[in-house]
Amino acid sequence: TENTRGTHIICFSTLKGKLPVFTMDYSRIQIPFEFTLWVLLASFSKIGFHIYQKITIWIPESCLLIGIGLIVGGIMYSVKEEPPAVLSSDVFFLYMLPPIVLENGYFMPTRPFFENVGTVLWYAVVGTLWNSIGIGLSLFAICQFEVFDLQDINLQENLLFASIISTVDPVAALKVFDDVGVNEQIYIVIFGEGLFSDAVTVVLYNMFAFLADMPVIDSVDVFLGLARFFVVGIGGVLFGLLFGFMAAFTSRFTSRVREIEPLFVFMFSYLAYLVAELFAISSIMALITCAITMKYYVEENVSQRSCTTIRHVVKMLATISETLIFFFLGVVTITTVHEWNWAFILFTLLFAFLWRGFGILVLTQIINPFRTIQFNLKDQFGLAYGGLRGAICFALVFTLGNTINRRNLFVTASIAIIIFTVFIQGISIRPIVEYIKIRRTNKDLNTINVEIHTRTMEHLLCGIEDLCGQWGHYYWKDKFKKFNDRFLRRILLRDRKAESSIVSMYKKLELQNAIELLDTTMGDISAAPSLVSLQDEKKEASRPKKTFKATDIRKMHDILSKNMYRIRQRTTAFTSKYGLPDDSQTREILIRRHASIQRSLRAESFPCKFSHWLIICLPLVIPEVDRLRSSGVSPRSSSRSLIPMSKLNTIEERRSPVEASVFTGSNIRGRRAPVPAARRRSPNRVDEDEDEIVSEGQGEERHLPPRGWAPENRDLGTNEAGNSLLRPSSLRSQRSWRI
Amino acid sequence: MGSSRSSLRRVPDGQQLLQETGFSAAVLLRLHQRFQFLDKDSRGHLRSEDLEAELSENPMGDRIVGAFFQPGQETVDFPSFVRVLAHFRPTEKNRTRGGEQPEPANSRNRKLKFAFQLYDRDRDGKISRTELLQVLREMLGLQVTEEQLQSIAERAIQEADLDRDHAICFDEFRKVGPVRLPEPQHVAVGLLLHQEGMARCSLNIQRKCDLCHFHLWN
Repeated sequence: TENTRGTHIICFSTLKGKLPVFTMDYSRIQIPFEFTLWVLLASFSKIGFHIYQKITIWIPESCLLIGIGLIVGGIMYSVKEEPPAVLSSDVFFLYMLPPIVLENGYFMPTRPFFENVGTVLWYAVVGTLWNSIGIGLSLFAICQFEVFDLQDINLQENLLFASIISTVDPVAALKVFDDVGVNEQIYIVIFGEGLFSDAVTVVLYNMFAFLADMPVIDSVDVFLGLARFFVVGIGGVLFGLLFGFMAAFTSRFTSRVREIEPLFVFMFSYLAYLVAELFAISSIMALITCAITMKYYVEENVSQRSCTTIRHVVKMLATISETLIFFFLGVVTITTVHEWNWAFILFTLLFAFLWRGFGILVLTQIINPFRTIQFNLKDQFGLAYGGLRGAICFALVFTLGNTINRRNLFVTASIAIIIFTVFIQGISIRPIVEYIKIRRTNKDLNTINVEIHTRTMEHLLCGIEDLCGQWGHYYWKDKFKKFNDRFLRRILLRDRKAESSIVSMYKKLELQNAIELLDTTMGDISAAPSLVSLQDEKKEASRPKKTFKATDIRKMHDILSKNMYRIRQRTTAFTSKYGLPDDSQTREILIRRHASIQRSLRAESFPCKFSHWLIICLPLVIPEVDRLRSSGVSPRSSSRSLIPMSKLNTIEERRSPVEASVFTGSNIRGRRAPVPAARRRSPNRVDEDEDEIVSEGQGEERHLPPRGWAPENRDLGTNEAGNSLLRPSSLRSQRSWRI
Repeated sequence: MGSSRSSLRRVPDGQQLLQETGFSAAVLLRLHQRFQFLDKDSRGHLRSEDLEAELSENPMGDRIVGAFFQPGQETVDFPSFVRVLAHFRPTEKNRTRGGEQPEPANSRNRKLKFAFQLYDRDRDGKISRTELLQVLREMLGLQVTEEQLQSIAERAIQEADLDRDHAICFDEFRKVGPVRLPEPQHVAVGLLLHQEGMARCSLNIQRKCDLCHFHLWN
């Protein structure tokens, strides 16, 4: 047994010099062991919060994590333990920050971001500069007063400190905005601002740190600083693009090594980060650019599973990182040496608020004329109030070297600010945002009709807008798209055909559908909307008129308001910070449309020739487009034989009620067929094993085509042949019919 | 703007459409570009799948697409495309028109008629119970049971049905339908702003549509 703290080797042995029966060697596993324990502890607390859902609505998670960290820190302090040096410079910047930035970049909603990129950069860059310089100068002015005993802090140090605390980390604010449903513009501006202000702050920090060491500054240095700024920023972007393209290019060739596909995403992005760090250019910018570039191409190249894996792992790493950071914020708060100076801290708080609010005001005034959607005062308040400080601030202040003589004061001040903004602002932002945004009127005043029809009109308008397409910056977008299609896609994608979005959506949909049915106990999707059959309609006329009580009506309002599909939110689906993108609504809509298309396809195809039937089945069975092409059958030809719907009205009996509504309600002109044609063209990148999974989805009744189909120009032989083609085919096609 | 006059010649029936729909030349050009963009194979007309691709996530997507096509037609050419979209120009409240002028495409009446046609797919002039049920099914999630749907549809018809035929005709729809007709000023405004891809600033624009949260961007 040793008496140094490092190694503990305990031997239990009755005989000296013999083989020890039981040994324990802690020092060997210490580091990974403690790391695992810390991660587990932080994650347990996260589980704990979510057990009681209501807490996380009102108190942001970051607060709770800091709270738990404080408790643990208190414990550690009392037993005189030192917390691990997690927030030291290298560990933070090399290990803890990249996952968070990667997640931000990967799940960035690109369209709104690029549409607002000017605004975002304006607020991030100019805003951070404004804040740093403003706070720095004001604090310097305060330091001149002898009363506060702060005179030894010179201008550079003040600026340095100011640059540290002017970075925003609006995690909690974003969550609140997301929940409340704040408009897209504010959301994306705050999101982007948080992202880029990190980059800006790091650059400023390095600059001011350098300057703080220098005894004298002349104007050349200022100019050099500015130049450095641009070099750093643009260099970061270039590096990011480079590595992003490399990753995309690599993913083109990974079709045979699917298991390691996610690896490339992570390795290349990390490489981008590290190489940028090597050259001391903005690694955050590099990482973000890499993620954005990579995502688009890689997600097309990799398999569905890899795609899911990548997303999950990115989210997981980011969550761990963030949890740990906030946790350690709490821990370290207790265990560091503090220096408290009322004046400095209070004035810092005051100036931080003031300069941010003032800055947002001024900046908005300047940029509003260039925006088509201008920020009103409420928006500006939201922006200003959502500027919470967070982890980066903390990490940066910790890395201040000891040459700064009031380092501890700075540490204390930053911690104070962070805790103040996270707790006070984080908790209060939700009620305030809800208060100043006026809610809709009481729904009970509207009739059912108004509710339904208003929502219908909303969807209609949304649809018309989608048809009219994206306005603004169309020129550049179009150019980029052309460039993309002609060059980039050819080089970087394995599958060079420009797919329409509906094709890829159908692909993903079918796979997800199949996989999901195994996971959930939801069971049969097709059972849910069992539609009214024609017979019921006849009965309905004779039904006595129902009277509805007021409670019934209120219940109806309730059902409508909860279950009607929301207008497609273009941003928030992607940026919900603590969850994966929620596309269940989209999926449901697509499932329905998919189903109706399938049904209408069947409606037309049965009277069609057998070859058309083959067209439908073949691609499901043998997913090779070239086969189809070479067989001389054009996917579009099946639409030629249009069956006027009146013929199908002769069908009286339905095997399942599903068909009825299709015949009466679905698209009369029978243009459905070409759509599945487009779908059929989809080169099926399903892996073999994914096919096998679906084979378990059987178990439901075989959905034979109903007998009542137009019997005229179709012989039973065709039908049987068609069926027999279905039977041995991949059961995935079975599933899809049944939907 | 000068170039747009000449390029208007490229647009089929350009002058006539200008008068009929009330769009400005820039807007019309932009729509033509969009039409050409949607028409991926450059046929000169659109088929339903071209439109559906844009609307796949909309629960009423297929109905909206259906409204573009006349019965029996499979394709839509540019003039028809524009005429349908003309319904959605914002109504000019101040404009007074003489009695002889045909009703402008974007009057409230026309908009309502368009919406009515979304429901009434068999074009018999009435929204029957089944049609309403279908719409409800499309618009509501899968958690709603069939009985609930039936009661909602029943109630809706009860509220609206004044002539006791268990269906909603257009007049009843007009009376009881959407109270606030959404004015998609952003659509038209976006068109106004957009000239060859450079967004101009303009100070008296409606910021966004309050209903569908559609935003213009800078």
